[in-house]
Amino acid sequence: MEKVLNTNIKNVFRLLTENVVTPKAVIETALSRVKQFENHNAFIAVTESQAKRGAERSQRRYDANQSLSELDGLPIVVKDNFCTKEVATTCASKMLENFRPTYNATVVERLESAGAVLLGKSNMDQFAMGSGTVDSIYGPSRNIWGYQDECNFHIAGGSSGGSSIAVATGMCYGAIGSDTGGSTRNPASYCGVVGLKPTYGLVSRWGLIPLVNSMDVPGVLARTVDDCVSILNAIAGFDPKDSTSLTKPYRKIRLPDGKNMSLKGLKVGVPVEYFSELLSPEVHEVWNEVANLLEAEGAEVRQVSMPNTEHSIVCYSILNQCEVASNMARYDGVEFGYRSDDNESTEKLFASSRSFGFNEVVRNRILTGNYFLLTRNYEKYFNKALKVRRLISNDFHDVWENVQILLTPTTLTTAPLYQDFIQKTNRDQCALQDYCTQPANMAGVPAVSIPIKLSSEGLPISVQLIGRNLSEPMLLAVAKYIEHVVSFPHFVNKLT
Amino acid sequence: MRVTRSLLSDKNRRYLSQLAKSSPKWQSVVGLEVHAQIASESKLFSGAANKFSSPINSNVSLFDAATPGTLPVLNQRCVEAGVLTALSLNCRVNPVSYFDRKHYFYADMPSGYQITQQRAPLAENGHLEFHVFTPGVHKSPYKAHAKLKQLQLEQDSGKSLHDFDRSLVDLNRAGAPLMELVFEPDLADGEEAAALIKELVNILQRIQTCSCKMEEGAFRVDANVSVRRPGDPLGTRTEIKNIGSVRGVAGAIKYEIQRQIKVLEANGTVVNETRSWNPEKKETIAMRDKEIQQDYRYMPEPNLPPLHIVMGPIRGGGVNADEIKERIPELPEQTRQRLEQTFGIRQEHCIILVNDAGLLRLFEAAQIGRALSAQKLANFLINELYKTLHEMDLEASDVKFNPDYLGEIVELIEAGTINRPASEMVLRQLLEGNPDRPLQIVENNGWKQITDEAELRLLCRQVLQENEKGLKQYLGGKSKVFRAFMGAVYRKSNERADMKKCDTLLKEILGELSKRKVD
Repeated sequence: MEKVLNTNIKNVFRLLTENVVTPKAVIETALSRVKQFENHNAFIAVTESQAKRGAERSQRRYDANQSLSELDGLPIVVKDNFCTKEVATTCASKMLENFRPTYNATVVERLESAGAVLLGKSNMDQFAMGSGTVDSIYGPSRNIWGYQDECNFHIAGGSSGGSSIAVATGMCYGAIGSDTGGSTRNPASYCGVVGLKPTYGLVSRWGLIPLVNSMDVPGVLARTVDDCVSILNAIAGFDPKDSTSLTKPYRKIRLPDGKNMSLKGLKVGVPVEYFSELLSPEVHEVWNEVANLLEAEGAEVRQVSMPNTEHSIVCYSILNQCEVASNMARYDGVEFGYRSDDNESTEKLFASSRSFGFNEVVRNRILTGNYFLLTRNYEKYFNKALKVRRLISNDFHDVWENVQILLTPTTLTTAPLYQDFIQKTNRDQCALQDYCTQPANMAGVPAVSIPIKLSSEGLPISVQLIGRNLSEPMLLAVAKYIEHVVSFPHFVNKLT
Repeated sequence: MRVTRSLLSDKNRRYLSQLAKSSPKWQSVVGLEVHAQIASESKLFSGAANKFSSPINSNVSLFDAATPGTLPVLNQRCVEAGVLTALSLNCRVNPVSYFDRKHYFYADMPSGYQITQQRAPLAENGHLEFHVFTPGVHKSPYKAHAKLKQLQLEQDSGKSLHDFDRSLVDLNRAGAPLMELVFEPDLADGEEAAALIKELVNILQRIQTCSCKMEEGAFRVDANVSVRRPGDPLGTRTEIKNIGSVRGVAGAIKYEIQRQIKVLEANGTVVNETRSWNPEKKETIAMRDKEIQQDYRYMPEPNLPPLHIVMGPIRGGGVNADEIKERIPELPEQTRQRLEQTFGIRQEHCIILVNDAGLLRLFEAAQIGRALSAQKLANFLINELYKTLHEMDLEASDVKFNPDYLGEIVELIEAGTINRPASEMVLRQLLEGNPDRPLQIVENNGWKQITDEAELRLLCRQVLQENEKGLKQYLGGKSKVFRAFMGAVYRKSNERADMKKCDTLLKEILGELSKRKVD
């Protein structure tokens, strides 16, 4: 039975349809897998009883030969910044510790109507502000790779670290993360799973508690590209509740078999600006290996230049803090969220609720963002950042004239040790961690991180593919091809 | 240089006449900002109902409560209402406009910001011509003009209810759609401001984009007031917030102008501040206002794409300004011109008729199928009907009986069947619900005018006989007594005598009497 968790969605669906396994058994095994890896702190809440009820409903559908989709009866994990009806949605914060939404995010709604069973809400950095899944009021998540004990471990990456661990350990086949500057791809890279940041607007943001509205996208984490596609197919497409969602009808992606694909003639760009001096030699080597591999398989690989990449991080930092300052203004303790006892005056109630409800990272970003937005600073910071964002976005437009796809590292190094990671401030870490992932969010283009091999220390190394808007079918096909060639040694393989 | 009158614009003429009639030392400058709630089914960015006087917190969607994860979806009906209003006010509609967030903390604004249009409003550069005429203040009407700087869409806030030891919040109004109309400071005083508001209300009610019910807060007026010496740059202004009635607008501005002049004449300085109007005490009071130095930290609203308004013959999707333009009904100024040109009605009567939609409806309905003098009908409505309505504490819109009856009454007066006092009695009966036709009412009550000369002559003689003392005085040269005789005749006839005829007859009889005396 344990083996069932380590396989892929197509296989499980077949087994379920043929009645070899039952949804109840799958969910119960998944729940025991959750217990097995408790030490890694992947979850903020495990929705055990709900999951069991969901499995029973799914069971009845399979009994009646009326399964809803290939996800029917399969466990799914959702990051704790997506609203789940009647299930606490905390954003790993004191502010929303007791927040129980009365509605489902569109992503959650669509997964539920595909029959998927919510296993739990995963750990993250508070309000997704971070890149390590360490700034959570529920404590840090701990990577499975190179794990020694509760004090000596590598970070999972973030901010969707919990979802990545859940996928890597086989608690589920796929999980939902969010990606604003790399929050899905970064932990995917460190945990050795596939992490997709779809085109901005392809997947609805309704019910995703925002970080930076103009860059946030729901992300998909899975062990295989095919599983990633199955989940994307269930959640993508126009949503009238999100005015920024794309109205063009979504056509479900069907990928050919890895064996039957050819990369002949594919134009691949390697942007020189991604050679950071902080890039570790091992990651650099893997990047080269993949470039060589693609070339050997018939692709045309060439160097390209995206000169504004270096400004991306500072530009992002300004836009992020401005939107954070604005988005966080609603947390005043009146309608929802943490409310302090200090109700001497409305102003005092606001001030104390906010100062206790948010951690230092959130408070700092609010303060800085508000400073940037002051009338006297608006031109100098916010507006300038918008212009730089346009330049970065134009770099992508220009590069698509010559290549179809970009190949870059996802992260500069393998997963850092927790003790090393926390030496730097959240701000410095974000600047470092988001270096390769962040520009795609500026331009809204899709990007996917795929694990390639293990480092000498036994930690996953991944690469990132970036494509033009709505090029997911091609992007994921190439990812699948690479996946097929490199056969990454997944963590779950060790569990059989 | 000699300036001939014809060279002066209306405005200059007004200005000069003002200098002449009041203190020549000061000139006042007034600008208005209006918040008009759009009369839509649902709110600007959510599906919650946009209804007044619903149970507290019953029209609140997740978005209106700023629930995390929710997003705004623009209500197309509100955009259409905004465009219709903009076009009716001669604005240039922007093909692309944007939404912005305006940040400030307030308990009844759940998201901590208001979504408004700061960078590029829905429409700009409108203008409005209107007539200034307050009977009792102005002898005759004059035309004034105000430029509309911009019209933007924005969200309303909720309401805070303050108890002595706690505050409660009602979010029914939070997120309700507003049009903010910002006028240039083109007005000279409170009467002009009130006239502008009246005209605006009139237009918005005709195009049905706002109920304009000031008592429900559906239409709120802020006024910017400053005074200066003629020729000087603009003085420091104060802002009077949330004035709740048209007469309040006139009163508040008048008070504020005089207050500022008093301050300046005492060598004081006018402080830039927000004031409120107290309609009971008839004065403006400085509000405790910590928000003056507030920096709203505007930011583009990232969850809403730019708002595109289609112009020209492109069909399908979005709001089309040209299509909306065709929906504009006859506007008040056109109605006034039509009344003046088609019916030859006096200008001040046109103004009065058009300022009261209920009265105008009666006027137009009463004409149908009758060859009436329109001016006489207008006179009757403005005099007898208004007087009777006023006595009964009713409005023209409360008239429920068949408007054709009004035409009939005017015809009865014109035919001499009844006199004016009798017409008012008929009106009273009709307003009280008497279902009979006016002629029927007249006959049932015996209110017909006495026009028979023999009968009237008899009445006159009787009055003179009963009033020997007065007659002696009259014959002795005191012609004033004539009016007393007329009054007596009228009373004796139970107010039914045709007094025009009596005037002639009485003079005739008196003439004979005085001749006899001389003889």
